[in-house]
Amino acid sequence: MGTSRAFSLQGRSAFYFALLLAPPLLWLGIVYLGSLLTLLLQSFYAIDEFTARVVPEPTLATYEVLLTQPAHIDIIVRTVAMAIAVTLASAVIAFPVALYMARYAGPRLKALFYVGILLPMWTSYLVKVYAWRLILAKQGIASWGFEQLGLMGALDRALAVPVVGGPSLASSYLGMFVVFVYMWLPFMILPLAAALERVPNTLLQASADLGATRGQTFRHVVLPLALPGLAAGSIFTFSLTLGDYIIPSVVGAPGYFIGMMVYQQQGTAGNLPLAAAFSVVPIVLIGLYLALARRLGAFDAL
Amino acid sequence: MRSDRRRSPRWERASPFTTACAALGLLFLHMPVWVIALYAFTTEDRTYQFPPPGLTLHWFEVAFARSDIWAAMRLSLLVAAVATLVALVLGTLAAFALARRTFRGKESITLLFVLPIALPGILTGLALLAGIRTLGLEPGFWTIVAGHATFCLVIVYNNVVARLRRIPPSWVEASSDLGARGHQTFRYVLLPQIASALLAGGMLAFALSFDEIIVTLFTAGHERTLPIWFYNELFRPRERPVTNVVAVIVILVTLVPILGAYWLTKPEGDRG
Amino acid sequence: MTPAIELRDASRAFGNVVALDRVSLAVAPGEFFALLGPSGSGKTTCLRLIAGFDQPDSGCVLLGGNDVTNAPPFARDVNTVFQDYALFPHMSVAENVAYGPKLRGVPARERRSRAHEMLELVRLDGFGSRRPHELSGGQKQRVALARALINQPKVLLLDEPLGALDLKLREEMQTELKGLQQRLGITFVFVTHDQGEALSMADRVAVFSAGRIEQLDTPRTLYVRPRTAFVANFVGSANVVTAETARELTGRADAFAIRPELIEIVAPGAPVGDGDVVCDGVVVDVLYHGATSRCRVRLSSGTVLAVDQPDAAAAAALTTGSSVRLTWRQALAAPLEG
Repeated sequence: MGTSRAFSLQGRSAFYFALLLAPPLLWLGIVYLGSLLTLLLQSFYAIDEFTARVVPEPTLATYEVLLTQPAHIDIIVRTVAMAIAVTLASAVIAFPVALYMARYAGPRLKALFYVGILLPMWTSYLVKVYAWRLILAKQGIASWGFEQLGLMGALDRALAVPVVGGPSLASSYLGMFVVFVYMWLPFMILPLAAALERVPNTLLQASADLGATRGQTFRHVVLPLALPGLAAGSIFTFSLTLGDYIIPSVVGAPGYFIGMMVYQQQGTAGNLPLAAAFSVVPIVLIGLYLALARRLGAFDAL
Repeated sequence: MRSDRRRSPRWERASPFTTACAALGLLFLHMPVWVIALYAFTTEDRTYQFPPPGLTLHWFEVAFARSDIWAAMRLSLLVAAVATLVALVLGTLAAFALARRTFRGKESITLLFVLPIALPGILTGLALLAGIRTLGLEPGFWTIVAGHATFCLVIVYNNVVARLRRIPPSWVEASSDLGARGHQTFRYVLLPQIASALLAGGMLAFALSFDEIIVTLFTAGHERTLPIWFYNELFRPRERPVTNVVAVIVILVTLVPILGAYWLTKPEGDRG
Repeated sequence: MTPAIELRDASRAFGNVVALDRVSLAVAPGEFFALLGPSGSGKTTCLRLIAGFDQPDSGCVLLGGNDVTNAPPFARDVNTVFQDYALFPHMSVAENVAYGPKLRGVPARERRSRAHEMLELVRLDGFGSRRPHELSGGQKQRVALARALINQPKVLLLDEPLGALDLKLREEMQTELKGLQQRLGITFVFVTHDQGEALSMADRVAVFSAGRIEQLDTPRTLYVRPRTAFVANFVGSANVVTAETARELTGRADAFAIRPELIEIVAPGAPVGDGDVVCDGVVVDVLYHGATSRCRVRLSSGTVLAVDQPDAAAAAALTTGSSVRLTWRQALAAPLEG
């Protein structure tokens, strides 16, 4: 086993293997994993209320603060509600797009769709958020559009609804919801399209052959087979919404979200332990979501 | 292809409803980008009035004269370049190590190689900050690079490992069989095969780093990358139209590598 | 004479699966040698040990008398034609063929002319500037052959070389490979699961089963005198008669195999020759195969024998349920071990 194994794809030389793997593994192990563990450790520290300094002694006090203050519970509930709403809406909007590109578009049109989805997906995150602030602003395109369509009354009524409404789209949860859906939509479309593409045409033909209408085929064949794609996409939309702190601070009503709380606590408030404890919440929620999805059989068709 | 589709029975074609929804969905995804492009030329500098009362190139002139924008831009390009370089080296090494081998504990290691993009960015950011503070480091250029390299590494790794797995083991064997030493097989067979994946991964990593804000806000200290400059403008705007111009520049700078990466990773046959 | 290839007690296991179990064999220089067996029988593992892509857990591999057990592939005077051809897609046909000389530092001009010669040899002159994906399966096969032969190896290994080709092309390539081997005088070792291919091309055949060599003989011996039930069934078709049934038929409890074409169908009660086995049965079914018809007959003991009837008209007269008498010369039957 000499030098021949150096770049062999299935060589057995432990030496070269270690040589290849060590640098990236050390990087991720020390820089990334080390940081994550430090963060976790921080969440078990607490801040001294008088000196405003972190006391490096293990305690559950910070988690107690996190889970007993009603304001904190509000923040968590608000964030989860938004994440669920965004996930559902993304799935509904993504489905026809994914279905069309995966099943009906010819090769050229399909390539066009892919570019058409990848481009906005990879366009600067911040610029997109900013664009939506322009669009949703009081005199922005959204109101202009509603006015042109003669739907100003409908917009006003929607903004008058308590909780979701507000003085303008840019300063309401409704507006924030639209921005979230927009930002994460590609993350739903792509796995969904991938799942739909894997459904062999013969299955649809067999279903039609056995007497199913288009709707019945969709309900009994297409939808169940698309479930893993929906599950994968929903994990993205759900977890991205949970962790975001920029969108809620640029667009929407003044209520806090988990991400904003993390950013504020580590920054202006200077309470790193509470920030750390808050950042653990999305991980726990995503874990719960994954367990639930598995329980419901979302990955069975994989 | 098209004639085939014309002959397909009605129920195998998209319903008008699906088609309309798909078109509207795509439109929805693109509209904001065009809005930004339009606003960069507006003559109105106080409100976000639509339609713009007039169009002008004036704001580009103003933006190009601003030294703070140039400084932020330079920093962002430098960070992206260094982070991409680090990510290319580390990601490629990891891909070569993990592409084919099976061993105990491999699953945990591959999980570690997706974690930085699977977990919310805020977590990576805060974790790095906690690490930086614990080590008593001063946040700055190198901490930004370290954060960016961590998730860029994952992008490069994914691109290269996907390509390596598509290379049949018989190619490496054939090369060795015909007399090639390890380095010759790498140079003549593997490198040409993964070159486009490396380039694509590097371009995506560059675009991702250039545009990154969520992690950067935690690790930047007093440094101001272009996204941080932009972020500050969002809350304390000095000249709104200049922000619009910068938005257009950011789009263009990230667009080129992304389109390039897409073209490079397309299946051979589709390449126009 | 020193064997071109020799395996001594070579074993190789992958996890719990024993792919090769103490296999020994020797291939003479200039021989056309086949490794035949179903998938998973160890024949490909055997080839990979010879090529150097894999090392045995125990035992050794010798090439021309030298122990190369742990030598890397590039240090062995052996070249391989891969099942999937393994042509490098980023190189032209000529560059693929000239790859070996390039690695040995042969100047570009000489490389080109040698690649050209090799392409002529496999009747692909003029294809040098094409890319592998522009070739048909048969053409790819020839390029792979040219690429493997350009280094003038002492041994050429072929891994299921004709597996991916359609029937007509496969027959053409069989003749061509055989001709090429005779012209070049190189030792050819090829792996196949197709017994017809092994019988028609090879000088000698090693039949593999479950990691061991079941029988190593010339094609003719394999066919006429299979030593085990596995070989009898795998090489051609055979009626394997168990010891118990044999006692009823011949009076001796020795298992044997008898080829369907050696059994004759005669009218019930017809006289038979001395030393011939005779038995009566009922026709189960008749399948038309073109040159012959395959007739299955159930004996009173319950054993079903297949009989090839060359006379289509006579076969057509047989119907399910009709009584027949079977007879064959027991001297033509192959006694089986175990």
